Amino acid sequence: MTHRRLTPYYFLAPALLVLGFALLYPIGYMVYASFLEWNPSQRIGEATFVGLRNYTWLLQDESFRESLGVTLKFAAIVVSLEMILGVGLALLLDRSIRGMSVLRTVFILPMMIAPIVVGLVWRYMYHPTVGLFNKTLNAIGLESVPWLSDSFWSLTSIIIADIWQWTPFIFILSLAALQSLPRSALEAARIDGASAWQQIFHIKLPLMMPVLIVTCLLRLIDAFKVLEVVLVMTNGGPGLSTEILSLRIARTASEFRELGVAAAMSNYLLMLLMLITMVMFLYTRLSERRALRQVQLAEEG
Amino acid sequence: MSQTMNQTSESSVRQNPGFYALVTALAVMALGPIVIMLATSLKLNVDVMSNTSQLLFMPTLSNYETVLCDVLWYSPAHVEYCDPTFGRALKNSLIIAIISTAITLIIGAMAAYAIARFRFMGRGVLSGTTLMMRMVPPAVLLVPVFGIWTFTYCFGEECLAGSYSGIILVYVAMNLPFVIWILQSFIVQIPVQLEEAARVDGANPFQVFFLVVLPLIKPGMAAAAIFTFRIAWNEFLLANALLDRNTRTVPVTIVNSLTEYDIDWGVIMATGSLLAIPPILFTLFASRQIITGMTAGAVKG
Repeated sequence: MTHRRLTPYYFLAPALLVLGFALLYPIGYMVYASFLEWNPSQRIGEATFVGLRNYTWLLQDESFRESLGVTLKFAAIVVSLEMILGVGLALLLDRSIRGMSVLRTVFILPMMIAPIVVGLVWRYMYHPTVGLFNKTLNAIGLESVPWLSDSFWSLTSIIIADIWQWTPFIFILSLAALQSLPRSALEAARIDGASAWQQIFHIKLPLMMPVLIVTCLLRLIDAFKVLEVVLVMTNGGPGLSTEILSLRIARTASEFRELGVAAAMSNYLLMLLMLITMVMFLYTRLSERRALRQVQLAEEG
Repeated sequence: MSQTMNQTSESSVRQNPGFYALVTALAVMALGPIVIMLATSLKLNVDVMSNTSQLLFMPTLSNYETVLCDVLWYSPAHVEYCDPTFGRALKNSLIIAIISTAITLIIGAMAAYAIARFRFMGRGVLSGTTLMMRMVPPAVLLVPVFGIWTFTYCFGEECLAGSYSGIILVYVAMNLPFVIWILQSFIVQIPVQLEEAARVDGANPFQVFFLVVLPLIKPGMAAAAIFTFRIAWNEFLLANALLDRNTRTVPVTIVNSLTEYDIDWGVIMATGSLLAIPPILFTLFASRQIITGMTAGAVKG
């Protein structure tokens, strides 16, 4: 059986080829393109090499800095609110209630539907005259709100839509984590007379921490990837108030036709995501060790 | 993961009615926007613009007839000029999503089998790569994929940009890391004895894989298929950059029709509903597989 040794490579080859050609090569290509001044009508060979100019130019570009600020603000707000809501609801609803499996099914829907469609529906609901929100406000005698046409409100509006779409993700993962907690620690705490709040803060949350951190990381990464929902709802406006980085990259490439700058911007975004991932990985290691110690303490006590 | 809720520590048999109210309220909030979309798609524009109630109107299928006029077997009376854009886009979307899902599943399952069984690459490396790939926002791939697909991956005069195969290659690559990751977690659970028995009976490695392993990981394949289909079906940014008039998918046509100032909400909601229906059906019939896929990365890894 000489070909036995080669078998794993036969099985892996197609996947490796596709990943190499369609993922790794493009990412390497992007790093190279970020050092070029290049517009879409040129072949890459005709583009001029400009070194780090795109990177330094971006750092002093007002619009890029504003867009970066909007992105960080958006990601920080949506992820913290969704974590609080999602984990809170999971802790509250982790009990035998009829209809929970129906709720979980219904909760997946917002995540499964195309982001384009989510943007469309929310844009309709935020519509100044025919939208549900303003109609309701007017019906109870309140003033209309400029949901998508005011810079404060438009950011708030896309945050609300994101919370609607993604809180269920955190809820479902937290619920799964809660249900796989070791019974022994919870039993021990209850026998010792820990109150519900004490159980949550001293037993449940510390034990869920590894899962919560991964969940938070996944959500944070996705928050930086949001594009279609914002594109359809506000297209970055008014002004640059909702122009998140993904959107700015797309516009720099297609509207301003500066592929090199767009690539450099992509690289900044990628480096930012890598930094966040690394920080959270280190934190996971630390908290895993701490959670282990908590279990031991709880079991001894 | 089990669908039934575990009795929790504070396992009271009768639950406070407040919890049922909360569960119902959450379900209504999650479903509301989707119901509004479906309802609007059944309204004439007159009803959308009028000040009457959201839910009291004469439902009509005319918006769907307008959208689908090209693929209907009759010509609807109210459509004066039939725009073939959407019928064509629907066909493109179906072809692209189905073919890329099929290819991803086959080569992903093969790679997952190699990794799970032949033990020559650590699972740590795999989960690390999966997470890294998940970090890459589609916007980051925009510039390199556009450049390479338009200028480098050419065969004679024909380039990958604009063709079905070009976008299918992108979607396969985007989905492979996740599919490999989730499928290998299913393959690891199959008892090796089954494969050994097949091998003793004279089956070669490929027969073992296709006739023994694949049928046993159907639930994993279902989860992987849903996630892959959903990405390929919903994706906008790269499809917009790569596809031309004739190969455009539904999300691209939706965004294109939005740029006009005067939006026909009924028609566009009908388009959105058609785009949303496949994911909604998957969710209703396979919510369990979806939750498995969602929690696999975070709770187990």
